[in-house]
Amino acid sequence: MHEVSAAPAAHHGPPTTFIRKHVFSTDHKVIGIQYYHLALVAVVVGMVLSWLMRIHLGWTNAAIPGLQALSANGAPGGVMTPEYYLQLMTMHATIMVFFVLTTAPFAAFGNYFLPIQTGAEDMPFPHFNMMSFWVTLTGFLVLVSAFFVSDGPPLAGWTSYAPLSAIGKAAGPGQGAGQVIWATALGIFCVGQLLGALNFISTVLDMRCKGMTLSRLPVSAWAWFITSCMGLTAFAVLMPACILLILDHVAGTSFFIPSGLVINDQLIPHSGGSTLLWQHLFWFFGHPEVYIAIVPGMGIVTHVLVTNMRRPMLSMKAILYSMWALAFLSYMVYGHHMFVSGMNPFSSLVFSFPTLMITIPSTIVVLIWIGSLYGSQLRINTASLFALGFISMFVSGGVSGFFLAQPSIDIMLHATYFVVGHFHMVMGVAAMFGIFSGTYFWFPKMYGRMMDETLGKIHFWLTFVGTYCIFMPFHYLGWAGNVRRYAAFTDDYLKPLIPLHQFISVAALFTGAVQLIFIYNFINSRFRGAPAPPNPWEGTSLEWIMPSPPPWNNFGGKDPVVYHDAEQYGVKTASGADYIMQNSPEQALPGGDGD
Amino acid sequence: MGKFLAVTIIVIAIASAIPVVMHTWEPPADISTHGHLIDSQRDDTMIEAGVSFLAAQILLAIFIWQFAGSKREGKRKTFPGGAKGLVGAALVLVGAEVLALGAFGTKAWATVYFTPPKADAMPIQVQAGQFAFYFRYPGPDGKFGPIHPEMINEGTQNLFGLDPEHDVESRDDIVTAEMAIPVNKEIHLLMHAKDVSHSFYVPALRVHQDFVPGLDLSLHFTATQVGKYEIVCSQLCGLGHYNMRAYLEVMSQADFDDWQKKQAAAQ
Repeated sequence: MHEVSAAPAAHHGPPTTFIRKHVFSTDHKVIGIQYYHLALVAVVVGMVLSWLMRIHLGWTNAAIPGLQALSANGAPGGVMTPEYYLQLMTMHATIMVFFVLTTAPFAAFGNYFLPIQTGAEDMPFPHFNMMSFWVTLTGFLVLVSAFFVSDGPPLAGWTSYAPLSAIGKAAGPGQGAGQVIWATALGIFCVGQLLGALNFISTVLDMRCKGMTLSRLPVSAWAWFITSCMGLTAFAVLMPACILLILDHVAGTSFFIPSGLVINDQLIPHSGGSTLLWQHLFWFFGHPEVYIAIVPGMGIVTHVLVTNMRRPMLSMKAILYSMWALAFLSYMVYGHHMFVSGMNPFSSLVFSFPTLMITIPSTIVVLIWIGSLYGSQLRINTASLFALGFISMFVSGGVSGFFLAQPSIDIMLHATYFVVGHFHMVMGVAAMFGIFSGTYFWFPKMYGRMMDETLGKIHFWLTFVGTYCIFMPFHYLGWAGNVRRYAAFTDDYLKPLIPLHQFISVAALFTGAVQLIFIYNFINSRFRGAPAPPNPWEGTSLEWIMPSPPPWNNFGGKDPVVYHDAEQYGVKTASGADYIMQNSPEQALPGGDGD
Repeated sequence: MGKFLAVTIIVIAIASAIPVVMHTWEPPADISTHGHLIDSQRDDTMIEAGVSFLAAQILLAIFIWQFAGSKREGKRKTFPGGAKGLVGAALVLVGAEVLALGAFGTKAWATVYFTPPKADAMPIQVQAGQFAFYFRYPGPDGKFGPIHPEMINEGTQNLFGLDPEHDVESRDDIVTAEMAIPVNKEIHLLMHAKDVSHSFYVPALRVHQDFVPGLDLSLHFTATQVGKYEIVCSQLCGLGHYNMRAYLEVMSQADFDDWQKKQAAAQ
């Protein structure tokens, strides 16, 4: 961990045309921004879908203005049909998980800042990197095209359990062409992410500048590296699973369809497949995907906090080892999604223990964050507010994992809103807070202008309270046995819960509307924000040694040399500053905080 | 602003805990012989999770309150015990917590899944299909006739694909759309999926098991309270998923015998 790398950075000439500079660019920074903009478009689409779903869940027979124009069959007279609800739900989850929670914290910020933080001019395979984005964008466009086929998008959920997802259009609206489009889109997405992961891993291993030992890498770079290692194995499993699913549709294979199934009094002409095989393949990808979404956020938040606390973490090593432990354990625990699936009950116990154990590294990270606040000189700005909000959300979403890790309790909570509340808080909202924290922190570097802090703080306060109002009650619903993925609540024991659903819907509409403040701030600051200095937050890592925004070749053709880790805060220096940049040979004077 | 955030976090944490403490939203009361094990495990976990939740949020809030905007005065304070203390606490306290939960949870799980049904448990077959449950009782011979999927026909009400002409065991099978069982009698439920995955979820019974196409599974349970309870599907199965349910009628043995006679006569 302490060897010194002096590998030369990748060198390529400056872009000479508009197309090469802004469209088919091989510059990791442009690609990072392209990924970020893709995530922004995707999150708006996903959020609008969630609004439609929440209106329907609160007021099932309400006509939603304009919805009929989107789908005359799905919403006759503007009233959503049950199948259209499921189709919107499937698209909401797929878009959010893949094209927002994976794309923004990992692909967007990672692309932009990983090479810079390692001291490289670019990634080692810039053309693969460019291809990674365009392949991912293609995946997104293919997915969205499902809205425009005759039966609409699939309705099998983002988990697309077979055989519902494999049989074809006989299984329901969207289960023909829509489901094939879904599987194709995800297969394409996997290719994009695999190309990205290869680049990320080789950047960290081979492209570090002189003096940038692994132990001196900023924590955010470590988080992207760990995430890349997870992505390399997780997406490599989802992609063939999607191909097998497509073959069941178009080539008459029966990977996921057993014999003897009857739909509409017709025997399905397949035999020999396994329905649980899909679940094993999907969740072998699916659980690491949870950490692919959240580990970059943990890295970003740690990076933002250490900058704003003006002191090192109590133990950065403990955080790094814990993130590695989370990554490793994420492959050991996937079966907890299948406790009542019909899997051998003994296997449930085997999957339960590592699931419970994953609480330990999670707790270590949280305690190190909180313990490091003690004695700090915490600066409150929008980035640090979202980072602190991330901790609160991560704790709130994390503790419900205690319940879901235990098969006996899962008997009551499986497939209920308790699960929905758990994952929305811990990998949805917490990850979004990580994205917001990173945005407010790095926007000046990426766009060369400062974001409006007042609007940013209003955005934080309303979002923080609003998201709690949405997702904490999800746990209460699940506790009462409210099954998820219901288009309406017709069961006797669920009817009393409808007012709580209405409260959640109001909170969701409000919190969604609050995001318009962010979008306004983002666009307005992009063009009219105050010019950003090179180092507005007095950070130490290499992104802060370059102009805002950085030139095309990052360090102006001069490879930086690194002398310190990125945690040189709270030190005493000759200039009076309380920090030392990573590329500064200056040594801390006696008398600083660390002495 | 730091102090305001600290107060907000504490208010949210306490407000979140109130409905749990007040039992505002609870599942239907348990009517099974094994449910108390699940409920007590769930309640014990709530205490541990609740303490962890409140402790972490309050500690976070206190340090934000104390140190947001503070300036360094002299040597920096470090959390007592430092990182080693915190990592040690996580390993020991959380480690003990998860081991205890795992061990006690195993007992509850084993009671449900590792104990075979008694020899005199009453067999009932349930078939799940888009978007209804159907139930089959073996009749006086105590045997289910085989299912012939190619003969399933809702139009002719041959819901299980039975062939009584050739299969003697099928002739006295009783097929119903609602499930009736005698109270305090163990039921051995044989689960069959007709088309896609479904689930058999009866919150009041503390029973939850997926139907897996191609793989017939079984469950066993004993209901202790006479009454009418809902059986719902929790595995996304298509457009009518939200409305896929049936009723479970738990009745006295005498009422059940009468019910079964009426159903047999109606076949």
